[in-house]
Amino acid sequence: MNRGVVYYILGRFLQSVMVLWIIVTLLFLLFRLAPSNPLASYIDTTFTKQQEAALLARFGLDKPLGEQYIIYLFNLLKLDLGETFSYSGKSVMDILRADLPNTIYLTLSSLLLAYLVGVLGGIAMAALRGSLLERVGTTFTLMTRAAPQFWVGMLLLTFFAFQLKLLPSSGIGPPMVRYRWETEWDKLMSPVFWRHMILPTFTLALYLHGLPLLLMRSNMLEVLDQDYVTMSRLAGYSEWRVMIQTAARNAMLPVLTALTLGIGYSIGGNVVIEHVFSWPGLGRTLVRAVQQADYPLAQGAFFFIALIIVFMNFIADILYSLLDPRVGATAQAQVS
Amino acid sequence: MQQESMAREGQSGKAKTTARFRQGSAIRQLWETNLEVFQRDKMALFGLFIFAVFAVVAILAPQIAPNDPLNPLKNNEGDWIKDAMPYWLAEPGEDEAEGYTNTFLLGTTNIGRDIFSQLIHGSRSALLVGFSAAAAVAVIGTVIGLLAGYYGGWVDTILMRAADVAFGIPFIPFIIVISAFFDPSIWNVVIAMALLLWRDTGRVIRSQVLVIKEQAFVSAAHVSGASDLRIIFVYIAPSILPLSFLYGSFAIAWAILTEASVSFLGFSDPETISWGYMLQDAFNSLALSREAFYWIVPPGLCIMLTVMAGFFIGRGYEEVLFPRLRRM
Repeated sequence: MNRGVVYYILGRFLQSVMVLWIIVTLLFLLFRLAPSNPLASYIDTTFTKQQEAALLARFGLDKPLGEQYIIYLFNLLKLDLGETFSYSGKSVMDILRADLPNTIYLTLSSLLLAYLVGVLGGIAMAALRGSLLERVGTTFTLMTRAAPQFWVGMLLLTFFAFQLKLLPSSGIGPPMVRYRWETEWDKLMSPVFWRHMILPTFTLALYLHGLPLLLMRSNMLEVLDQDYVTMSRLAGYSEWRVMIQTAARNAMLPVLTALTLGIGYSIGGNVVIEHVFSWPGLGRTLVRAVQQADYPLAQGAFFFIALIIVFMNFIADILYSLLDPRVGATAQAQVS
Repeated sequence: MQQESMAREGQSGKAKTTARFRQGSAIRQLWETNLEVFQRDKMALFGLFIFAVFAVVAILAPQIAPNDPLNPLKNNEGDWIKDAMPYWLAEPGEDEAEGYTNTFLLGTTNIGRDIFSQLIHGSRSALLVGFSAAAAVAVIGTVIGLLAGYYGGWVDTILMRAADVAFGIPFIPFIIVISAFFDPSIWNVVIAMALLLWRDTGRVIRSQVLVIKEQAFVSAAHVSGASDLRIIFVYIAPSILPLSFLYGSFAIAWAILTEASVSFLGFSDPETISWGYMLQDAFNSLALSREAFYWIVPPGLCIMLTVMAGFFIGRGYEEVLFPRLRRM
């Protein structure tokens, strides 16, 4: 790795930190736009003026805006996101820490499934170029991208959970089972958990597979045109070997970058799926927090999702620059 | 997730090829490009046809819809006609026993609203949100891309860092927060989309402007003393407008999907019927456990059709602007 690349990565990192800082500032201002006093849902009408003032002071809401902002930034650095209004006695961090793994399991398993199917499907579509099967396949993929995820989820729920009664309809497991999960490991080892994950994972993967499939297909077609592919054909390698070993390996690179970006954006977009399947993750918590005017929790969940997106964007940039030497070169030119 | 796919959807040719530009007068080249898109690509034409049909339905909604979409229907005794099946599914004679005549193509909701009439009225908010959000995204993205690409320097730096920030903000969560903080209205979705989604269009148009501004006709305009604004909007803008249309078509699709998601999550105006709102209604009133496919399927199909129409048109532009992709 040459120095240009190191400087590029460092520059990108600082840029990401700046972006995150601006987002956090916007978030702070956005939540000051909230229609009512942030404690409105918390303060009982029977509270006296003193009690109300004491409560405001406890949450630091009596201080001037600038001071609140500074406190907010320092707390974020310590990953202290404050206390929730609606879950008594729990900090925002407690709740989000419990949600995050669920969101990650769902996102990663559906992305894995989607990219596996997408990459293989893309290769197949490229190999079948011009055939009827290719047209049917591509049209189906376009349809899955146009269908609202929550609607597909509703249809699958109605069919598999209510009509056939094959799969559970919501959540990650009945309370009696959840009670026995003391660690994340227990949860992951539980067949009940995996049974609950089937429908949401499949719904999400059905939507997500379109991007890698279409990307892989057009990359394959591009690569198949290159001289080195023609060369290996002329060298007498089997069509199978040309497709998989030569073409697919090279066509994969942009798909990997897309996967990195996909992790970030799926976590932000999972909101709807988590709502349909009552999946206890970051997205569902965000929706409920906004509905219940639990602003610290909503702000915290939003921050978490933005943090993941910015981080994954950064990783994707780096991957891209490492995989594509031309980007590294321009990066070097920009730095020097 | 949507923003990322929007970028990808329209991007397949971006990195590899520069969009093809036409010679001749600005208006004529624009007209020719648009004509070519719909002549060459039957799917794009089909997309246009879908929009046209839904537009007619939306305009004539009060005439087409047999009932009011919000008022519960009542039987002879004045009770709500709850959960009536479509007349082609219902048990014969059941309606007379309950004191009404079943003429409902898609049945009624759990509080006796006519589902078919809701479906007809839903086309209004879908098209309204879709087209206004897409227009806002395309206009803002185009102007930002033009300014950043043409002026370069600190203007470019500020605008592109702003785009980085917009890329870091989670889209659906942002819209939820905006919708919750302001009075419920379909315009919240439009505003939130306009605030965030210009980022894709802006970046792509900027990189095209960087190429165009080096061309001879731009230098000639400089020499002849044209002002910066004149060069940007009279000389450069017409060449990149087809690209704005491309992104605009995809934006229509995302706007319709996004509006549906936000309504489904319950952050829309309850007075405005939309397809997402209908699905939320069905979901919350346990239509799923009653296997009421007649209630769940139609709104989703309508969303899918309109979104696909946007995709088809966008792809049509892609094929004409990036001819290298065509044979694929």
